[in-house]
Amino acid sequence: MSESRPTVVVLDYGSGNTHSAVRALERAGADVTLTADPALVASADGLVVPGVGAFAAVMEQLLAVGGDRMVERRLAGGRPVLGICVGLQVLFAAGVEHGSRTVGLDQWPGVVEPLEAEIVPHMGWSGVQPPADTVLFRGVEDELFYFVHSYGVATDPADLLAEAGTTALTPPRVTWSEHGSRFVAAVENGPLSATQFHPEKSGDAGARLLRNWVGTLRP
Amino acid sequence: MPVALRVVPCLDVDAGRVVKGVRFEGLRDAGDPVELARRYDAEGADEITFLDVSASTSGRATTLETVTAAAEQIFVPLTVGGGVRSVSDVEALLRAGADKVGVNTAAIARPELIGDITRRFGNQVLVVSVDARRCPPGVETPSGFEVTTHGGRRGTGIDAVTWASEAADRGAGEVLLNSIDADGTKDGFDIEMLTAVRAAVDVPLVASGGAGTTQDFVAAAATGADAVLAASVFHFGTLTIAGVKDALRGAGHVVR
Repeated sequence: MSESRPTVVVLDYGSGNTHSAVRALERAGADVTLTADPALVASADGLVVPGVGAFAAVMEQLLAVGGDRMVERRLAGGRPVLGICVGLQVLFAAGVEHGSRTVGLDQWPGVVEPLEAEIVPHMGWSGVQPPADTVLFRGVEDELFYFVHSYGVATDPADLLAEAGTTALTPPRVTWSEHGSRFVAAVENGPLSATQFHPEKSGDAGARLLRNWVGTLRP
Repeated sequence: MPVALRVVPCLDVDAGRVVKGVRFEGLRDAGDPVELARRYDAEGADEITFLDVSASTSGRATTLETVTAAAEQIFVPLTVGGGVRSVSDVEALLRAGADKVGVNTAAIARPELIGDITRRFGNQVLVVSVDARRCPPGVETPSGFEVTTHGGRRGTGIDAVTWASEAADRGAGEVLLNSIDADGTKDGFDIEMLTAVRAAVDVPLVASGGAGTTQDFVAAAATGADAVLAASVFHFGTLTIAGVKDALRGAGHVVR
C-alpha cells in the first residue's frame, strides 16, 4: 500500500500539537512520518513545516534542527514543501514581534507584522480569496478555514519581487483573507506552498485542501 | 467578510468519561467523549471544549489519553480546561493534542501564570476562563460582577470586568466568560455582563452559561461575543448546532 501512497514528513522540531496534522495528512492519502531526520526529510515526497507560537521561538527551534538547510535543499530539487501557520510566516524575510526583528527563511520578500484589527488574535473561521489558477483551494474556494494568529503579512510578495526588478520563474500567487485589513492567507509558489490557517483544523474544507496538496506529490 | 461566529459545544469529562448524561440517539457509547466530539464535529461544531472535572491524578492522566484520541479523530480545534495549574500542565495538554488550554482558578491565585504560559507557548493557546456572578448582598465591585472559584461556590470579591481585562493584558489569547447565575437555568446568557466585559477586552470573547433557545445565542452574539458555548442544550438534543447557526445567520451573523 505504501508504494502507491506519497510519503510525507511532518517536521518534528518541538512545535506544539502535531497529532492532528499527522492524522489529517494520513486521511488525505499520505504515508506520514513525524521526524527531523535529515535523510528522511530529504527523501520524502512532501515536507510539512508546522509551527505555532512566536516567530522568534519557531525560527530558533527550526534552526536548531537544521530546518533552514532542509527546506533549501528540498526546494533546490523542486521537491514540495508546505508551511502551516507560523510555518508560513517563517518563509518570509523577517518577523517583527514586540518591536524586535527576527530574520526568517527568506523564501519570499515581506515582513510578518502585528495584525491591525479591533480583536486580536484573529481566532476562528474566515473566508479566503484564492487566485483563479489555485491548486490548493480547488473545490473549496468558497469555504471558511480556521485561523489563529496575531501576526500576518500585508504585502504581496509578487509585487515586492516585481518592484525589486526580480524575475521569478514562477512568481508566488497569494490567497488573501481579511481581519481588520487584508493579509496573506496562503501562498502557492511552484514546489513551495504555505497556509496561515490550519488546514488540519479546518474540517472538511481543510481535508480537501490537504488532499489537493498530497495530490501534487509524486511517489 | 468578518470572522465567523463560533458555536462551541462543551463536554464535562471525568477520568475519560462524559459526565452529565448525554441523550443522543445512535451513539455506540454515549459516555465516550471522543465519539461525542466526532458527532459534534460532523454536525458543524466550530470548536470542541473538554472541561476536565476529574478529581484524581489518575483521572487526569486518563483525560490526557482522551485528548490524544480526540485530536487524532476530530479536525476542528480542541480546547481543554479544568484543573490546569502550571506551565507543565499546559505543556502536557498541548503535547497530548489540545490546541488551546483553559486556565481558571490558578490564574486568579497567581496572575503571573498567564505570562509564564503565553511567553512559552504563545498567546493563542491560552483561554482564561472567568466564572462570574452578580455581586451577592454584602459584596461590592465597580462593575457589580464578581469573580468566583470552585465552580461558583466561592466568591473572591474581585471585579469580573477588571479581571477579564487584566487577563487579556497579561497575554490571554481569549476570555471565556461563564455566568454562574445563568449556568444551568436555560434562561439565557447574562447579556449585561457580556456587554460589560466585551467593552473591556480586545481579545476574542466566548459567551457561556444560560443557553436555552436559539434566540439566546442570537442575544449573546449581539453583545459582540466571538463565540457562544453551551453544553446541555446540545447534549440533550434540545437544540442542534445547525439550528443555532440558522438562527445566527438569520440575525445577520456570519457562521460557517
